[in-house]
This record gives sequence, structure tokens and C-alpha cells, in this order.
Amino acid sequence: MTDAPKPGTPLVEFDNLKVRFRGERTVHAINGVSLSMQPGEMLGLLGESGSGKSVTLKTLLRLLPPKRTDIEGGVRVNGTDIKTLSGRRLAAYRGGEVSMVFQEPALALDPVYTVGDQIAETVMRHKGVSRRAAMDVALDMLTRVRIPSPERRLKNYPHEMSGGMRQRAMIALALACRPQLLLADEPTTALDATVQIQILLLLRELQKEFGMGVIFVTHDIGVAVEVSDRIAVMYAGNIVETGTTRDVIKDPRHPYTKGLLAANLHGAVKGERLDAIPGSPPALEEPPSACSFAPRCAFARPACLEALPPEIDLGGGHKVRCVLEQDQVKTPQPVEA
Amino acid sequence: MSKTDPRSAKADRGGPNQPLIIAKDLKKHFPIRSGLFNRQSATVRAVDGVSFDVKKGETLGIVGESGCGKSTTARLLVGLIDLDEGHIVFDGDGLGEDISLKELRRGVQMVFQDSYASLNPRLTIVDSVAFGPKILGLGNPTGRARDLLGRVGLDPNRFADRYPHELSGGQRQRVNIARALAMEPRLVILDEAVSALDKSVEAQVLNLLNDLRREFGLTYVFISHDLNVVRYISDRVLVMYLGEVVEIGPADVIYENQAHPYTASLFAAMPSMDPDNLTEEPPLAGDPPNPIDPPSGCRFHTRCKFAEGVCSAKTPKLSVIGGDDTHQAACHMQEPGSGHSAAIKEAAE
Ligand SMILES: Nc1ncnc2c1ncn2[C@@H]1O[C@H](COP(=O)(O)OP(=O)(O)OP(=O)(O)O)[C@@H](O)[C@H]1O
Ligand SMILES: Nc1ncnc2c1ncn2[C@@H]1O[C@H](COP(=O)(O)OP(=O)(O)OP(=O)(O)O)[C@@H](O)[C@H]1O
Ligand SMILES: [Mg+2]
Ligand SMILES: [Mg+2]
Repeated sequence: MTDAPKPGTPLVEFDNLKVRFRGERTVHAINGVSLSMQPGEMLGLLGESGSGKSVTLKTLLRLLPPKRTDIEGGVRVNGTDIKTLSGRRLAAYRGGEVSMVFQEPALALDPVYTVGDQIAETVMRHKGVSRRAAMDVALDMLTRVRIPSPERRLKNYPHEMSGGMRQRAMIALALACRPQLLLADEPTTALDATVQIQILLLLRELQKEFGMGVIFVTHDIGVAVEVSDRIAVMYAGNIVETGTTRDVIKDPRHPYTKGLLAANLHGAVKGERLDAIPGSPPALEEPPSACSFAPRCAFARPACLEALPPEIDLGGGHKVRCVLEQDQVKTPQPVEA
Repeated sequence: MSKTDPRSAKADRGGPNQPLIIAKDLKKHFPIRSGLFNRQSATVRAVDGVSFDVKKGETLGIVGESGCGKSTTARLLVGLIDLDEGHIVFDGDGLGEDISLKELRRGVQMVFQDSYASLNPRLTIVDSVAFGPKILGLGNPTGRARDLLGRVGLDPNRFADRYPHELSGGQRQRVNIARALAMEPRLVILDEAVSALDKSVEAQVLNLLNDLRREFGLTYVFISHDLNVVRYISDRVLVMYLGEVVEIGPADVIYENQAHPYTASLFAAMPSMDPDNLTEEPPLAGDPPNPIDPPSGCRFHTRCKFAEGVCSAKTPKLSVIGGDDTHQAACHMQEPGSGHSAAIKEAAE
């Protein structure tokens, strides 16, 4: 565990994070992400496939292959630079202070152990309690994630559960050690609407109860709206817009965010063409030296291709990386109460 | 792509009013084996008496809870698994009577949920797409494949020679769509085919599907958990619950007016998109019942807030809703004389 943080310390702080993969092809996956998140905050991370959402989460958990990955910039959790963690401190950090829910339960749940054993094992490792006490925690967690007949389900193997139930078991596993930060990578994409909303409401409730921070990755804007206090939109390894959920959804400023919202099908009319953003994202073989979205942007002008776009602060925590906003916001907007 | 290729099963044999495919009382039960002697201990009633038809040129959406039998229904339609009971009629020809399984497969292609498992890892994607047309002896398979890759948004100059592991999930799914289209099918079944795509690529692929439908007169069966997508793409929607059809009708009608309580819960579960108006309560609690031993009568009665005695005693039949015979639901509240307090007392004479 890291030392007790000073009051006011952000839960997560990225300072100009850059992640590059070396190998046959070099990939500049993260290109200068700066973001901070307060304890207990729920952040929705949106963005196109390949924009770096999963890499951001994996960086936080130190899950990237160390030999092939170059990481630059700061990543602090509760004030501790996580790049300095190793050995036992790293093991305690992973799954203890920070844990992750994956898109595919198969990645997190081991098919050869019962769900109860897996949760108890994690609790014993992190909290150093007896097997019996750990089993009690496991039972309590299954109850909290509202799995019916939890005593019986403790003895189930993962394949004996339905998809929705497995997803809940995985959330139980991730929350068993009361992490301060939960990373959820598209945890509901494979679920139908009725189960999805159950899981989202459950996460919202547990988040309030445990007071943990959550980073929730999704490409479904409706889902992001249901769970997030704040939304960050990624494009080509950078955060192009961030703000409260209301600001980003009702008053999107970055052309990519606008495109993403327009491509969403809520209220789309049958037979009419959908507004897909034309083109495809950049290859990321070189670090960006200009706005990465400019080649696909209907509003692009020469300035967009000359330098990296500045980050414009619109007030109230609403920030956007786009030259168009530079001219429009001469005076800072009043900060919302 | 030529429309007059003599070898393609494209010939419109039944005429415009003949549905392209008719499914009659389809049943598929899977045996479950367990115990010391691996004896069959139970059966999963995955698809349990499903009937519907798909008209030429229309798109039929299929929705329903995870595990309700959507993919199994799709596999039956393509002939990937054998029917236990029921009939499939393709453009007027009965499967096993007038046409063989091979002929059916020629006319029906499927794009699967799992993009990775369905591509050969040793073939470049252009070869994967060209493979089917080559076997069928269609002209210029590679040119055709490159053209289709371009059409699904994968620039052939950049992507044609890549292997599946060099693509993202969304890109692989587009290869699968191109591969299905390369066979010049008349019916394409898309099983969660856009679920792995991000919204912008999804919009591109949906536009593409609409273009291809117009251009080649395709008919689609579209399975998805995303109700916004289903509404956009489908002319009619079929709702399944635990192996049965509970409601079917025109998409716009069902989206405005759900007749079956399960359908109503499903639609109420859609995320709101409005930060000032978040969902507070899940519209449907609990997990679906076990398909090995489904509830008696109406299978939804264990989770339905309108359930009465009749619901567990009698199986509801599909009945016409509001005088519009294109809209049907299987609910005792909609069936005159069923005995449910919300139903009309007697069938109007
Ligand atoms: N271990 C790795 N080695 C090399 N490149 C990688 C590795 N992991 C990710 N990448 C690349 O980094 C970029 C960002 O990937 P990431 O998985 O973060 O995308 P994502 O935003 O999560 O996309 P999706 O929505 O498809 O999950 C992609 O170009 C990807 O190919
Ligand atoms: N080969 C099989 N052997 C045994 N059971 C099976 C088999 N295939 C499917 N099932 C069972 O049949 C039922 C229907 O499965 P199916 O895959 O058709 O559901 P689905 O509606 O497509 O679900 P999802 O939305 O999760 O894809 C499930 O209970 C499933 O576990
Ligand atoms: Mg990802
Ligand atoms: Mg399925």
C-alpha cells in the first residue's frame, strides 16, 4: 500500500503521459495525457477503437510488457508515483488499492476454481485474514452484487453461471478488497439491455457506498451518461475534451466529440444516412506534431496542421484541445457553482 | 458483382410475394451430459417452437435476453446445426424436400458474434475474402475481394495483405462482413455483427449495409443487444424470451407501443442519454429462469408484475394487437377470453 495521502491529493494524476510500444512496428499509443481525478469520482472514458483507452488503464495497473514499452511522464495514484512500485508494494497495489473489471470475464475468472475460492484467495492475499474470514467476505460480496442464493453460488465454477451473473461475480472479485480505484474496461458490452442497466445501477450504488473512484471505459455514450460524473474523450492517444457529463453531452466543443455524438443512433431516422465521421484514425507510427483529428475534420484550417492544438479551459472543468476554441473564448467563462 | 451469374442461387423463384425464408415451429434442444457415466441428465430448450417469416428485401431484427436462443435460431436458419423439429422454406422451396442444405447455404450467409474465431489466421484478409468466390468459380476473386474491403472501409492498399492478428476487433468484423458478401448471398444473418465496433465505425458499417441492401436486393436478419441499432436498421422486430417468440411487429410500432411486458421491460432498460434524467430502478430484476426447466404457462410469469393464476396455468398464444395483424404478442392480457383480469372478457363476435 502507498502511504496515507494528504487531504486534497487527487486519486489519479496523469502528467503528460506518453506510452510507446517498440517492436516490428512502433506505436505511439498515448501522446501526452494530462488528467486528474478526485477520490470518489466516476470518470467515463470514451473514444474510438485504438484511441488508447485500454492502454491508459493498463498503465495504471502496470500491466504493460516492460521490455517493449516506453513510458514517459507522471502517473500518480494517491500521490505515489506508481512507476516506483515494485515487488511486494506493487502486488499490494494491484488488486488491493486498484483493481480492474475486464470486458471478458474469462480473463479475470479462473475456470478451474470456484467463484468463492477465487474471491477468498484474493482477500487472504491482500488482507492477511483467515480462510474462514475471507469466505465470509466473499459471501458478503456476492450478496452485495445481488447474486441470488449467494451461499450456493460460492461453490459454482464460472461456467455454471450465466453471462450476467459472471460479470457480477467479477465485480464482486474486483471490489472484495475495497479498492480506492476501480478500472472498468467495457464491462457491459456483451450484456443485453436489462442486465446491463442492472450492472450499471449496481456499480453506481457500490461506488457511493465504498466511496471509490471509477474509470469506466465504454464506446456507448448512453452507458457513459448513466454512470459518469465526468467524461473524457480520447482520440489518437490524447484526451481531446473533458468536462462534466452534462457539459460534454449537451455542449460538446471538439469536432470529434460532436462527430461521436452525431454518429450515435439515439433518435436516428430509419432510411436516412447516419453521420459517420469520414476516414479512419491515424496509424500512430509517428508521434503527432499537429492535431491528429485534422485530416478527418470538416472545420480544419491551416493552423490545425502547424502545431499541436492548445488546451483551452472553458471553465467549470470543461477543457478542449482545439484551435477553433481559441478564437471563440476570449474571456474565461464563469465557474459553475 | 453480376446479378445474372447462372451459378448463384439468386434467381427469384417464388416471386415478390413469396417470403424469402419461412421458419415453421423450429425446435432445438441441447442435451446436457453429466455425472460419472456422462449420461444425458437434462436438455436445454434453446429454441422451442419458433415461427416467423422474412420478406424479400426486408430486415428482421431479433432481440431478447442473453441466452434466449437468438444465435441458435440463426444457426438453424443457415443450416449450421440440425433442426430437432420444424421446417425451413427458402423462397418457396422446403429444405430437405425441394432444396438441399448445400443449396440453402449458398443463399444464406452469416456474420458471427466472435470476429476472431471466424477468420483463418494463416490467410491474409484479401485471401480470406477471395476464398469463397474462388471456390465458386466467380470471376476475378481478388479484385472482387479488394473492392469489398474498400466498401467496408478497409483501404485495400493498406490492409489487404495483413493477417487477422494485425487488425483491431472492429476491423476484423468488417473483414467478416466483406467475406459474407463476397459469396453473393440473398439473405445475410448478422449476429451481433456491429457490437464490437465503436460508434463511428458502426455508423459507417450500418450505412454500408443499407447501401448493399439497396444495390443487391439483400435481405437481412439482424441480431443485436443494441436497441437503437435494431430500430434504425429493422423493418420488423422479433422479440424472444427463453426459446420462444413473445412479440413480433413493425419496428416503429413496437418501439412506440410494446404489447408484451417483457418487451416493455427490455425497452425501459435502454440507457437514457439524458444526464438530468438517469435511470433509477432496473425495469427487470433477477436473472432469467433456467432454460433446462422453464416455468410453466407463460415463461415470463416468474418476473412479470402483471402475472395472475392463468399465466402459470396456460401457455399464451400469439394474438393480434390492436387490429393490426402485423403486430402480435403472446400474452394473456392481450388474448380475449384468456381469463386474465386485464383481457377483454370474450372474443368479440
Ligand atoms: N501490447 C501492445 N503492443 C503493441 N501495440 C499495442 C499494444 N497494446 C495496444 N497497442 C496499440 O495501442 C493502441 C491503443 O490501443 P488500446 O487497446 O488502448 O485501444 P482502445 O482505445 O482500448 O480500443 P478498443 O476500443 O478497440 O478496445 C492501438 O493502436 C493498439 O494497436
Ligand atoms: N452447443 C450447445 N450445447 C448446450 N447448450 C447450448 C449450446 N448452444 C447454446 N446452448 C444454450 O442454449 C441457450 C440459447 O443460447 P444462444 O446462444 O442461442 O443464446 P443467445 O440468445 O444468442 O444469447 P446471447 O445474447 O448471449 O448471444 C443458452 O441457454 C445456451 O447456454
Ligand atoms: Mg480497449
Ligand atoms: Mg448469441
